Amino acid sequence: MELQLNKLNKTFENRIRLGVMSILMVNDWVDFNSLKDLLKITDGNLASHIKALEAETYIEINKQFINKKPNTSYRATLLGRKAFNEHLNILEKIIKQK
Amino acid sequence: MTQIEDIKEIRNLMERSTRFLSLSGFSGIFAGIFALIGAFFAWWYINQIDSIISLNIWGTGLISNPVFILILDGLLVFVFALSGGIYFSMRKAKKQGVSFWTKPSKLLLINFLIPIISGGFFCLFLIIYGFYIMIVPASLMFYGLALVNASKYTFNATLYFGICEIILGILSGIFVGYGIWFWALGFGVLHIVYGTVIYFIKDNGTAIKQIE
Repeated sequence: MELQLNKLNKTFENRIRLGVMSILMVNDWVDFNSLKDLLKITDGNLASHIKALEAETYIEINKQFINKKPNTSYRATLLGRKAFNEHLNILEKIIKQK
Repeated sequence: MTQIEDIKEIRNLMERSTRFLSLSGFSGIFAGIFALIGAFFAWWYINQIDSIISLNIWGTGLISNPVFILILDGLLVFVFALSGGIYFSMRKAKKQGVSFWTKPSKLLLINFLIPIISGGFFCLFLIIYGFYIMIVPASLMFYGLALVNASKYTFNATLYFGICEIILGILSGIFVGYGIWFWALGFGVLHIVYGTVIYFIKDNGTAIKQIE
């Protein structure tokens, strides 16, 4: 039991990071505002968690201009997808044990 | 049990980011009521047609054309139903504290409108070439296809609703002459049933949970 808990990915311990990854698992590119809207959090809060996911290279970033306004989109990388799936498997194991 | 809450959260976000869950149950009920009014008017009009034409109460040639009147009736029902649907869904989205115009809602609308517009043209051709008896089967089947197509972007119940419309469309093609009854059943009664189902599944807002 304890061993399984230790295996849980620390990056996904935070609900917002978990949320961002959940959204990116079932969508292609998602822009910053859509993420903010879905998660109902502030710009600064979201930005800091995105940075953490980016540092792990779990997500990739695409910056472009739409109607002369900067628009940043995010997508889960293969590594991110793998890590998230592993995290889900461990969550499942823990729940089954209980 | 934080793990179970994690899983719930994951599911919730996966669903909310890919499906439009603010579709209001009221909009289905509203559309159904309008369709029944429209069907009732058509039924009444068809029964009255001879006396109306002889009275020529609306004067001009185009407006006293019975086919034109029935098309107008159908179009009015469609416009009222669609605007009612958008209005109630916008209200529901506001109540849920989520945006209305998002990627899933856009995909829902586009995927719904493609078969609807194709079906609209097809029905127009049926009218132009005088195949009136096929209008009810065609409109029910195209509408059913539109619902099946759009169901990926909203509640699963939409898929079964669409399949029922397609089955009704097929039946109305077999039992021609009862078109107006099939039309009232498909666009009226089924909408009310679907709206009620949606209302009880999600209108209480359980699908949406705040993230703190």
